[in-house]
Amino acid sequence: MSDKARVATVWLGGCSGCHMSFLDMDEFLFDFAERADLVYSPIADVKDFPEDVDVTLVEGAIANEDNLELARIVRANTTTVVSFGDCAVSGNVTAMRNPLGDPENVLVPVYVDAVDRNPVVPSEEGIVPPLMPQVLPVHRVIDVDVYLPGCPPDADKIKRAVTALLDAEPLVERGTDIQFG
Amino acid sequence: MRERRATVDVSFDGVEYEAYADESVMDASRRLGIGIPSLCYLEGLSVWGGCRMCVVQIAEDHRLRPACATPVAPDMEIHTDTPQLRAHRKAITELLFAEGNHVCAVCVVNGNCELQDVAVDTGMDHVRFDYQSPQREIDASHPKYIFDPNRCIVCTRCVRVCHEIEGAHVWDVAYRGSEAVLVTGMNQPWGTVDSCTWCGKCVAVCPTGALAYQGRAVGEMQHQTDIVIRLAMARNKGEWIDPAELEEMR
Repeated sequence: MSDKARVATVWLGGCSGCHMSFLDMDEFLFDFAERADLVYSPIADVKDFPEDVDVTLVEGAIANEDNLELARIVRANTTTVVSFGDCAVSGNVTAMRNPLGDPENVLVPVYVDAVDRNPVVPSEEGIVPPLMPQVLPVHRVIDVDVYLPGCPPDADKIKRAVTALLDAEPLVERGTDIQFG
Repeated sequence: MRERRATVDVSFDGVEYEAYADESVMDASRRLGIGIPSLCYLEGLSVWGGCRMCVVQIAEDHRLRPACATPVAPDMEIHTDTPQLRAHRKAITELLFAEGNHVCAVCVVNGNCELQDVAVDTGMDHVRFDYQSPQREIDASHPKYIFDPNRCIVCTRCVRVCHEIEGAHVWDVAYRGSEAVLVTGMNQPWGTVDSCTWCGKCVAVCPTGALAYQGRAVGEMQHQTDIVIRLAMARNKGEWIDPAELEEMR
């Protein structure tokens, strides 16, 4: 059994910009790989979220039912859940549909009104997840341990947070480390 | 010869200072370099006391007071930074974010925003309250400026600067409580309000991205509160400003 930390990242309702920023940690990724195994991530070919994960970075808001289900699985299997980026922390751009109310008010103009050919709202049971009535920040559906806002959080900020978490040091975030946007 | 301004002894967080007898706790704190966070307060404009960000504690009094609307008094013991005050300010910030539609990532003032700065200062890393996600229409009818009520915190700086400094009174607050919203003219599109002089003071003092120049993209908008403070203070003192000085500030 390896004594490396088991780290996961998940991509919910977001643009993957936070993951891009994660990759922007550049050579630190080598140090990271020395100390941690990436056990689940959109950039790793793993189908099911594993058990006994030490740290999970959750990018994106809860925008559809799949997001909700995965968030719950993450919580059940992770010691430290990090709300990773503005969409996870506040809903951000993903939640900009909320003032419009029912998801139909967004789906119909986009998939029906604005198209000439095959105007239909995509739906396929078990494949296309239904949208949540309102987009929610991650902490509205599961307990979150650490908040890392930013759109995206820049690589240095992620590096500081990941290092503190791997060192099991308390994450003291202050100043622009908690700035939104 | 002008009379010497009377002074009183006060203390800020245990340190003794001399304050002018006729100034507010806020004005004394600014003059003495003590940072009390604020949003609706703007030097030179009348006091509104609406945002409650500047609450302070006076001695053991359990009732918190807004520094901007509280006059100093002899031997006043002012506490500006207690755990209770920090908790209140953070909660107020969260409520402001929950009340409107504040999406920093797509905002014209991202990086130049007093609300965003207050969130950093108060340590707000997430919002514990439910977002209200109100549906509010943007007014882009003015040829030069744009008003986005989604980003408005109803601090009324625009109302006060337009009425008190420009003398046009284009802006006012309509409705009450959580329905309160800024309106132009007789609650009509801004572009149709004849009394607007296009001076831009409202845009200059807005603490958020609610008022901006037309055509600015994310992070491109800079407010210019310093110019308006200079104007307002000079006006209060009856001082003449060389237009070249203002031009330099632009």
